[in-house]
Amino acid sequence: MSDRPASAAMTGPRRPSPWVLYGGLLVLSLGLPQVVPALATQLAFLWVMVLFALTWDLLGGQMGYNSFGNIVFFGVGAYVCAVVQRDSGLGYSAGLAVGMAAGAGVAVAFAALLGSGLLGLRGHYFAIATLGLGVAAGEIAAGIDYIGAGSGMVTPVYPGEIETRSQVFYYIFFALAAATFFTLRWLYSRQFGLAVRAIRDNEDKAEAIGLHTTRYKIAAWCVSAFFLALCGGALGNLVGFIDPRDVAFAASTYGVWMVLMAILGGSASIWGPVLGAVVFHITQELFWTYLLGWQRVALGLLIVLIVVFFPQGITGWLRERWPQLFGQVVQQGAGDPGDAA
Amino acid sequence: MSAILEIRNATKHFGGVTANQDISLDVPEGAIVGLIGPNGSGKTTLFNSVVGYHPLDGGSIRFAGEEISHLRVPQIARRGLLRTFQQTHIFGEMTCLQNMQVSIPHGGAGLRNMFRAAPREGSRRAQDLLAFVGLEQKRHLRAGTLSFGQQKLLEFAMALMARPRLLLLDEPTAGINPTLINGLMERLRHANRQFGVTLLVIEHNMNVIMSLAEHITCLAHGRLLAQGTPAEIRENTDVREAYLGAR
Repeated sequence: MSDRPASAAMTGPRRPSPWVLYGGLLVLSLGLPQVVPALATQLAFLWVMVLFALTWDLLGGQMGYNSFGNIVFFGVGAYVCAVVQRDSGLGYSAGLAVGMAAGAGVAVAFAALLGSGLLGLRGHYFAIATLGLGVAAGEIAAGIDYIGAGSGMVTPVYPGEIETRSQVFYYIFFALAAATFFTLRWLYSRQFGLAVRAIRDNEDKAEAIGLHTTRYKIAAWCVSAFFLALCGGALGNLVGFIDPRDVAFAASTYGVWMVLMAILGGSASIWGPVLGAVVFHITQELFWTYLLGWQRVALGLLIVLIVVFFPQGITGWLRERWPQLFGQVVQQGAGDPGDAA
Repeated sequence: MSAILEIRNATKHFGGVTANQDISLDVPEGAIVGLIGPNGSGKTTLFNSVVGYHPLDGGSIRFAGEEISHLRVPQIARRGLLRTFQQTHIFGEMTCLQNMQVSIPHGGAGLRNMFRAAPREGSRRAQDLLAFVGLEQKRHLRAGTLSFGQQKLLEFAMALMARPRLLLLDEPTAGINPTLINGLMERLRHANRQFGVTLLVIEHNMNVIMSLAEHITCLAHGRLLAQGTPAEIRENTDVREAYLGAR
């Protein structure tokens, strides 16, 4: 299941082609909102969570750069999209499409600009520098009248019937999450994937062999920003209202959850964040349903339990428990030159 | 023989400490040059300055005729000047083969280079070089699981993968089982003669460096103490006093 690099050498039962899995998931994902239309909005949020976890993992897991500021790009996308829809005079669908694209463009430019300054920092310094980004962005947005200041922005009303609205947004978010997944999967299979893992393992060495690490880091952040901004633009329309602190730049909820989901599922793998997002979202929905009033406490406990019992995430745990199925290296080194050194 | 590396009056301070003072050194193209000196004499600092980690406070460094003292680490590496480290630097979570593949020469950091596929030629060459250092059977192992000596060999192979013109080796035999040192020396000579790589080697093992190098430079207290052939260095009283501890 894992695409981790060390899974290249394996023994054990032959695993089915991943495309069988993809096909099954595609049928399931397309059919779900038809089977349970009442849950379409919750299911749409599931894809949002998958996108959050995947885009965070690009830097935090694959590259080893823990960013707590990714939520900024989501918020930028939400606001830019809403402004384009409000001021462009375009119809709903065209306004949404143009708005999302514009939001992605602005967010990528913003990521490149921020990255040039922040991605020269390493380790804890980078994490601390990004920690305040989401909070600061929320406060700044709350002070700008052009985007509604602290009162937020209302996005245009969906022109169709209310029942179809949830389903339309479900498919939009499914498409965004799938696009994110396959884009990252492709990137990880290229020179880019080797480079980001090299940066995670030993950045000094990566530079010493000629990798311009800062440019790779900026490129990775731009990819994250692109998909997060598209997601932000669409989510503003699904929610119908953009609050600067609780929706667009929700650092204490979305901003933390994207980290948590990637770690829960198993960071530095393509499937880990997906699995983490699914488990987290379902758990969270159950907490809201059955533990109302205590849902935040339960969520906090869940975070502690994850860190204590699943430090390597679900996929890491699966690899340890069933190495033949989930890609554990089984070759053992012995008997070659240099062994005795 | 023209010099591929020309260091002139290299000076580097860390606060009030002078790590290198007015060091001048030529490395002829195609040669194996040794750099020796007691601990703390400034050998590794000089390496770090040459490859861009510690920019000089004074002096100049020219590589293949180009001034490089103002360039950053990856820019220098892409020109074909690479180094290995005293403590091995590898990518421990990646397989040996992936360590090799990521070390292919990086033509630039443009988008096309970033998102290109790992070339097949790179894989073949990676396997050949892993075989050269005796690690072909371990190509799919995580590099972090290798022994220290094997990691040194892998790091050497990674450096060769990048097609260097000049390779700076920081104590290549440190931590290597004595029975394997001869094999390593043969590989170094092979890389020099067959692959055309010029070598500048820091080494504390006197037998190794005296046998391997054609020219030797000795540092002491951050300053140049002596330069010459191994025989001249062996007979130099200043070197014997400062480094070998004998008059």
